[in-house]
Amino acid sequence: MEDLSLHILDIVENSIRAGSSTVEVNLEEKKEEGTLLLNIKDNGSGMDEETLNIVSSPFYSSKQSKNFGLGISLLKQAALETEGSFEINSKEGIGTELKAEFKKEHPDMKPIGDIMLTIKMLRLSHPEIEFLYDNGSNSE
Amino acid sequence: MKLKPEDLKKISEKMEASTNLRSGAGRAKITVHMGTCGIATGARDIMKAFIDELEASGKKDILFTTTGCAGLCSHEPMATIEIKGESPVKYVHLTKEKVKTIFKEHVLNGNIVEESALGRGSERVG
Repeated sequence: MEDLSLHILDIVENSIRAGSSTVEVNLEEKKEEGTLLLNIKDNGSGMDEETLNIVSSPFYSSKQSKNFGLGISLLKQAALETEGSFEINSKEGIGTELKAEFKKEHPDMKPIGDIMLTIKMLRLSHPEIEFLYDNGSNSE
Repeated sequence: MKLKPEDLKKISEKMEASTNLRSGAGRAKITVHMGTCGIATGARDIMKAFIDELEASGKKDILFTTTGCAGLCSHEPMATIEIKGESPVKYVHLTKEKVKTIFKEHVLNGNIVEESALGRGSERVG
């Protein structure tokens, strides 16, 4: 993906398919550490432990076998390429939370992109779902 | 023009006002495929292009939604147009210019844009 806003759109589509009614996206810059922390949390169907252990592998997909899942593994790769970190937690029946940390000044850091446009598109296409976005200065 | 938080609030309110269309009262439905492949090739811009056309038309009976990968990654970005009572049509390799034509010709006037269409009908499962 060209920028983080497209990664966010991709991951949130997973949350939609998991039946979420609320999806929270937080993007926090930690200036003293030089990092950017992306947190995406939903209240969808969640995953069991076995699925959680392999979900960030390329080509895993919860959909029918004709499709390939790359969204989570691509975001993980984007974070690790900046020498950041990636973590995903999930509980069946509760939801999923994903944290990706990026080193902002790393040469492989992707642009942030137009996150407001991503949130707008999500709200327009799924008005039944509550999408919340907080970047530390603009809570929405 | 950059969106401000207050703009997002207005969008939510506007879409909530039209949720009655989701009960099936819409005349047409536009589904943009938003799998990883679609997003990577520009599906968000395609979605925005459709929404811009809809807003300019002033029509209130057209539904919008997204879905995941349709399994035809090499044809992305894609959208499916459904007119009530007719078979859905999948459009492929979309651009903003093609969206304008498809919206005017198919969504508004019911004429399939064959040069951009992959096929018509729903996929069979199994």
